[in-house]
Amino acid sequence: MPLKEYIGLSRINGPLIFIENVKNVGYNEVVEVSYRGQTKLGQVVQISDEFAVIQVFQGTEGLAVDTTRVKFLGKPLEVKVSDEILGRTFNGIGQPIDGGPEIISGTYRDINGLPMNPSSRMYPRNFIQTGISAIDGLMTLIRGQKLPIFSGNGLPHDRLAVQITKQAKLKGEKAGNFAIVFSAMGIKHDDAQFILSNFEESGAIENVVTFLNLADDPTIERIATPRVALTAAEYLAFERDMHVLVIMTDMTNYCEALRELSTFRGEVPSRKGYPGYLYSDLASIYERAGMIRDREGSVTQIPILSMPNDDITHPIPDLTGYITEGQVVLDRALHRKGVYPPIGILASLSRLMKDGIGEGYTRKDHPHLSSQLFAAYSRVQEVRALASIIGEEELTDIDRRYLRFGEAFEREFISQGFDEDRSIEETLDLGWKLLSYLPSSELTRVSEAELKEHYKEIKR
Amino acid sequence: MGDNKKIGELYLINGPVVKVRKATGFMMHEVVKVGDSKLTGEVIGLEGDNATIQVYEETSGLKPGEPVEGTDRLLSVTLGPGLIGKVFDGIQRPLDALRVKSGDFLQRGIVAPPLDLDKKWDVEVEIKEGEEVKEGQVIATVKETPLVEHRIMVPPGISGRAERVKASGKYTIDTTLMYVANEDRKHKIRLYQTWPVRVPRPYKEHLMPDEPLITGQRVIDTFFPISKGGTAGIPGGFGTGKTITQHQLAKWADAHIIVYIGCGERGNEMTEVLEEFPELVDPRSGRPLMERTILIANTSNMPVSAREASIYTGITIAEYFRDMGYNVALMADSTSRWAEALREISGRLEEMPAEEGFPPYLSSRIAEFYERAGKVKCLGPEDKIGSISVIGAVSPPGGDFSEPVTTHTKRFVRCFWALDKSLANARHYPSISWLDSYSEYNTELEGWYAENVNAEFSKLRARAMSLLSEDDNLQQIIKLVGEDVLPDDQKLIVRVAGIIKIGYLQQSAFSDVDSFCEVKKQFEMLRLILMFYNRSSALISKGVAISELLNGDILNTLMRMKENIPNDRLEQFKEIEKELKNFFDSLDKKYENIKEAS
Ligand SMILES: Nc1ncnc2c1ncn2[C@@H]1O[C@H](COP(=O)(O)OP(=O)(O)OP(=O)(O)O)[C@@H](O)[C@H]1O
Ligand SMILES: [Mg+2]
Repeated sequence: MPLKEYIGLSRINGPLIFIENVKNVGYNEVVEVSYRGQTKLGQVVQISDEFAVIQVFQGTEGLAVDTTRVKFLGKPLEVKVSDEILGRTFNGIGQPIDGGPEIISGTYRDINGLPMNPSSRMYPRNFIQTGISAIDGLMTLIRGQKLPIFSGNGLPHDRLAVQITKQAKLKGEKAGNFAIVFSAMGIKHDDAQFILSNFEESGAIENVVTFLNLADDPTIERIATPRVALTAAEYLAFERDMHVLVIMTDMTNYCEALRELSTFRGEVPSRKGYPGYLYSDLASIYERAGMIRDREGSVTQIPILSMPNDDITHPIPDLTGYITEGQVVLDRALHRKGVYPPIGILASLSRLMKDGIGEGYTRKDHPHLSSQLFAAYSRVQEVRALASIIGEEELTDIDRRYLRFGEAFEREFISQGFDEDRSIEETLDLGWKLLSYLPSSELTRVSEAELKEHYKEIKR
Repeated sequence: MGDNKKIGELYLINGPVVKVRKATGFMMHEVVKVGDSKLTGEVIGLEGDNATIQVYEETSGLKPGEPVEGTDRLLSVTLGPGLIGKVFDGIQRPLDALRVKSGDFLQRGIVAPPLDLDKKWDVEVEIKEGEEVKEGQVIATVKETPLVEHRIMVPPGISGRAERVKASGKYTIDTTLMYVANEDRKHKIRLYQTWPVRVPRPYKEHLMPDEPLITGQRVIDTFFPISKGGTAGIPGGFGTGKTITQHQLAKWADAHIIVYIGCGERGNEMTEVLEEFPELVDPRSGRPLMERTILIANTSNMPVSAREASIYTGITIAEYFRDMGYNVALMADSTSRWAEALREISGRLEEMPAEEGFPPYLSSRIAEFYERAGKVKCLGPEDKIGSISVIGAVSPPGGDFSEPVTTHTKRFVRCFWALDKSLANARHYPSISWLDSYSEYNTELEGWYAENVNAEFSKLRARAMSLLSEDDNLQQIIKLVGEDVLPDDQKLIVRVAGIIKIGYLQQSAFSDVDSFCEVKKQFEMLRLILMFYNRSSALISKGVAISELLNGDILNTLMRMKENIPNDRLEQFKEIEKELKNFFDSLDKKYENIKEAS
């Protein structure tokens, strides 16, 4: 079928262009918009028999109403996938930008993918050891999980993401068939460079696929970037049997691009000006993590987002938390105290951990131990609040022991080096060691048998 | 209507909402086939010759000018043997059949019959030729699973004489079992019937709730019980435990049938049920839980309009089993996603929004949904009694309960299980707040508890609740000045409230022993904790120092009895009671000579 080409627009509004009297054009179809030798990609976002509305991924800068040419390609936005993508770097809509050749062999895939049939999913149960005690012990990452990092400006989320990526391994298994898909949305060059050079250092670079939309790249392109990246990830996981870890940063920039577009489309805004469908839109990204019955690979997602004003109730972290399977929350107070990684234990959670820890997975005492550590550390917060009012001297003996436990817990358990890779056994033993600051009568979450086996009270 | 097809022409596509011209003869809520790829849609607006349609599948690639075909059928569900143990999407497409047809990812335009048409069921026909039958009457039964006898009923609105009645035997669901003849015509009665999802199924009369839906969750059964036929809302921010609570109820509630609707939530949570329920055993019947469970899965990444429909699909299936005389429990996780689907469609229709962009009819939709719960006398001469209990999760943005979906839900439910973020952060699970939650069924159910558990039950509950609320007041003081300054009688309250919180209210869903707690066990636990309080309180009023009371192993025993005593070994409470008595008897003796202070 010949491609349909039109000359002249009726209107340009922000990233949107309007064309009248188009025929035989489908909803969500891709278009090529060209003017004075430059060509940009766009997508039909609304269509009627009178006009088409198109969002232009690379922005409408430099387009004119009268002579811009619009070619309708008759297909949705696609990306070409094959083994050749490993080690390559692409822009935010999947075009190579590393100076290398075009992807030659391979098949085109719609970047929106298709929803996974819930009855095809396999429930994820394999523990990934990240070597980071706070995560492995208290918010265990599971292969096929979507576990975001909620961060804030200036907090070390990139370091943490890099450390997880470098150290992640299944217990008792070599790294093996492992790939990283890195999707950058609106982040600074330096941040992207930091992450990429660390991947390189760790020797993982052959198995990294990078999609870069940096801070000075077109905003609207960002809407496609995570989808392009996940299309590549799904291909590697479910057709090439790889275990794919997808790092997506910064989801906040993604959401802002979506808000911008929505505003130009004149949609009724919901909270803080974000569109009412932000939840569904984010879900169409995050739900692309998982495992499938009878297939080898997996897609594990670690999205990173910065919470505007460190506010966890802001729509972006809020809706993300409602979709993902937990969250790792970075805490500014801990960061100020010099704790790395500054993981705010109580606000963090891994929902898949319950089925991936304990006997046969990590160690038998893990479920109770983690529950006890949470409970004790939560008590520490109460005691600290009290101590700040009545003074430490006025505290009861037990309360003072909680304070000591709290300090040690932050210094020894949460804190660790950027290159320190702890085994799960080390992490769990460390947890028990710290619990020993507390009298056994306080440890109601662990069983008496576990106490007998692991607990040695430290008095004073 | 005739056989000539109604075909309109697409002229606008805006996400899941499309508009059609020349839609002559389309009915409101009629199912239509949209475009060349025949996507399923439903008419949601008619104006002159134009129709507005919500499409239940992704609309990418649709073009103006493509045809839209009417089907003359309202959006309906198919009700018959084969429902149980299945997982359907929001418009009752069986997901396992779709998997066979389209692989692991859901392609568009795929249809599959909701129920297996080839399977032959063992049908026991209970009606004789020529017998008069009434609407709702059970005319045949099928043992659908070892747990559920599926009762084939005369559909509502049909009564008359049974003719050409088939003998008992093995039949597929589209077999005509008999005809029911009356003045108008002869009605074919098959093993299945269909029903439009947006129309509540009729019943004879509404009955007052008088029996709890036992959930095995202490904080619910003891403090905030829901009745069979009752309604409950579970609001809570992300990660506070809505889904786990709903799963716990789906596992352990003493209902005959569970309908679990995953509405706009995670795919893995459905998978979890699908993998876990066939393995889990119903504590009452010893059979796998899947044998009484029906799942509706329209996850967050599936089309948003089918999410809107999923709630109706689920409740209509629930009503069908209610009509057989069963107690059905329906969980909807999360009703907020359903409300958001309404909002999204409404936005695309450019309707005037009310609060936070939600359409003005949000509140009436929520009311209509919860009104389909209840305990009823069913249609049919047998006077069957059935019930639907509805438990809806609510996901308030930012965890703020003053938002529209939470506030409207609160108006229409009678149990409110408020999840508290700070409890969840402290890993106090279930994080149902004992201060903010309520149940309006407490008084109605008192009689049942007195008769079936113990005459003292309500008194103990009230006592424990008042300790918890006194404790809440004392906590305000402790936050300011520390516990040490409290007099001993108040310290005792704080300590006993602590035992109630840790040893009673906290209940891990993942514990082998404690995930489900018999009501009798609940009673024993509460009785012993309060016995500890009463006897300690007596000693303290005599001037005995509180340290004497808190020293022994007894506290530890009380905190751990939930894990140490299994549901089938309740006699072990006797030993704890003995231990308690000995402990206090010896203290009483020691302080025999001290006179009552004050
Ligand atoms: N009764 C319980 N026992 C043990 N753990 C629990 C219990 N309830 C909740 N949890 C813990 O809390 C986590 C979150 O619970 P859940 O998934 O039910 O939250 P939710 O309210 O449904 O969140 P969302 O709105 O994001 O879906 C669980 O993964 C589990 O770790
Ligand atoms: Mg949930």
